[in-house]
Amino acid sequence: MKKFKPSEEVDFVIVGSGAAGGVMAKQLAQAGFSVVVMEQGAWGAYGHEQDYNKDELINRFPSEEDRLLSDPKTQRNTFRRNANEKAVAGSHNYGCVVGGGTVTYGASSWRHLPYEFNEASTFGTMKGTGIADWPVSYAEIEPYYTQAEWEIGISGPNIKTPLIAPMSKPYPCRPLPLKSSGALIQKAAAKLNLTVTPNVAAIITEPYNGRSGCINCGACSGYGCQVKARSSSAVALLPVAVATGNCEIRVHSYVREINVDASGRATGVTYFEKANNNQEVFQKAKCVVLSANGTETPRLLLLSKSNRFQHGLANSSGIVGKYLMTGNGGGASGLFPDPLNEYKGAVTGAAVLSYVPNDVKGRGFYGGGRMTARGQMSPIQYGLAGPHGAPSWGAGYKKALIEQANRRLTMVNFISQLPVETNVVDLDPEVKDAWGLPAMRITTTSHENDFKAMQFFIDRSVDILKAAGATEVWADQVNDSKGGAHARGTARMGNDPKTSVVNKYHRAHDVPNLFVVDGSSFVTGGRNHPTMTISALAYRCADHLVKAAKTGNVTI
Amino acid sequence: MSDSRRSFLLKSFSASTAAWLTANWPAEVAAAEKAQAMGTFTYFTKLQAADVDAMAAQIYPSDSTPGAKEAQVIYFIDTALVTFAADKQDIYAKGLADLASHTGGKAFASLPADQQVQVLTAIEKTPFFRTVRDHTIMGMFASPQHGGNYKKVGWTQIGYDDSLNFRAPFGAYDKAEGTW
Repeated sequence: MKKFKPSEEVDFVIVGSGAAGGVMAKQLAQAGFSVVVMEQGAWGAYGHEQDYNKDELINRFPSEEDRLLSDPKTQRNTFRRNANEKAVAGSHNYGCVVGGGTVTYGASSWRHLPYEFNEASTFGTMKGTGIADWPVSYAEIEPYYTQAEWEIGISGPNIKTPLIAPMSKPYPCRPLPLKSSGALIQKAAAKLNLTVTPNVAAIITEPYNGRSGCINCGACSGYGCQVKARSSSAVALLPVAVATGNCEIRVHSYVREINVDASGRATGVTYFEKANNNQEVFQKAKCVVLSANGTETPRLLLLSKSNRFQHGLANSSGIVGKYLMTGNGGGASGLFPDPLNEYKGAVTGAAVLSYVPNDVKGRGFYGGGRMTARGQMSPIQYGLAGPHGAPSWGAGYKKALIEQANRRLTMVNFISQLPVETNVVDLDPEVKDAWGLPAMRITTTSHENDFKAMQFFIDRSVDILKAAGATEVWADQVNDSKGGAHARGTARMGNDPKTSVVNKYHRAHDVPNLFVVDGSSFVTGGRNHPTMTISALAYRCADHLVKAAKTGNVTI
Repeated sequence: MSDSRRSFLLKSFSASTAAWLTANWPAEVAAAEKAQAMGTFTYFTKLQAADVDAMAAQIYPSDSTPGAKEAQVIYFIDTALVTFAADKQDIYAKGLADLASHTGGKAFASLPADQQVQVLTAIEKTPFFRTVRDHTIMGMFASPQHGGNYKKVGWTQIGYDDSLNFRAPFGAYDKAEGTW
């Protein structure tokens, strides 16, 4: 791997190596630019993926080097429901390893539908929300979705229905196998007149781009993939970037600030180098790309205060960190007479698409959702959670645990969440992280509308499980979200610098050589399956950057 | 300690797990392995081990199918307390000391089963009981290489196959339906 000296001015420094950082690194390095990728986590099993751990106990209690997710004990964060409360210790975390969240995610890879980019003009806005059109249309992004799907490696159904975004090219790989979950909700769908399809996943099902297909091991979501079938940035994108000889990945490098000069241009980043006793190092760069995820990206902007940018970098609008959407869910579970063995295979096998579109009049709320069926519970997780309707220990516990094993199916739903200005990522005034920096503080309460949406999807989940023949069904309580890997919206894109942080090409309105490319750029949240749109936006941003640089329109 | 238990332990510590443990708690792990091979304990005294073993046996009882005793959960917990759960040592030390106040000073393990259940029911909301409950369940269902789930008895009971490589159909309903 090419190595750069921190004093050497590289063309791009990219903060984060996940869904967006991986795409940016590959596209920019292939175009001939010098690139340093800063990753605060470890290498994981990058390049020797067969060594990813599949032991559930070790996965629960990883050593520092085996960690694939951030640790709320070091990457400290606090949480509160509203600004009147004092924030308490939070449990928010995210992918924290080379490849970011794509190393461990469930890998659902749905495109947004065309109307998810212009909901304000299609369906109107709502008081108390920041619903707005994106400054880009589906038609502009479509080619980049296709590019992302083919370069990253996506499997999915090639079915034409208005419930799936129109595609100029089919998915490169056939869908994941039908599981019992899929068979059961197909049965329910026939009775209830619903549309069910295989899930779209960044998991290859056959040999593709030199990688082998999924072996259905089942230790999937939350684990690294030993056979490189999950198309993470760490196997599909970063090795290509490194192979150009133009890209260095620098692990255990915790960026604390984006530096600027007197003219307001970014000059590079300052980071703590773990290998060197967390000494501060400055990496000089012509451009900075921020792809640190929907919560760390706004935090880093807010941490980057200077005389010129007293409220944080790129924050003249005052909305950095605002309009946070963390992602709502909720559903129901049921028991079936025969074994489903859902622990085999990828976590999500099938999706109900019928409630993706908006139907404000019909349902009484704004938004929609995608329903998925899954029963996967690994043994320790199943034992600790315990059987339904039984004691938590003793003979009754054991009897029910054995009876219910492998017979449970859960509807897990991915539901729209409205952007609300008071849902915020900012800096905790008291709590510090393990590096002595102000901890991230999350303040969020979903809009009233979204509680109606969650209840709707819980009720539909009960209907589906009953129609599928469940012998017993129980519903989740409505539970507002608190954080997690799907955070979006905190540096929204737009044409007006007063109401947005970046322009339609992800360039910060206030800083000409700073690009914010990840879920932060989202204007509205889609149906809580953000990754494919993050990837497509990154391809589009990189394409624009490369073209602009070659015609002299970006100074690099 | 039977020969089968000893040879099992030798086989079951795979290279990768041993490496993981060694990297984290080298001296403790070596001691724990040696102690288990001899039928003794690393963290617990024999009396403490007998009490925790009896608690585990009520939490996950043996009936027509194996329970915590047959799964040798006590060895899992003993090793846990010097490895990934070392931060729970105080909870055990205090909890075990407090048990006497519920047993009239007798060893918990020496009580008849119905009295053991009574005592545990009385303390089931305490951090001590909850921790033993969770560790017992982990010991039933973690990989045997961590000391419990002996001969995969826990996994067998809940129908879990640890092959980590499967072909569809996986369950009864996809088998009946075929493919998409």
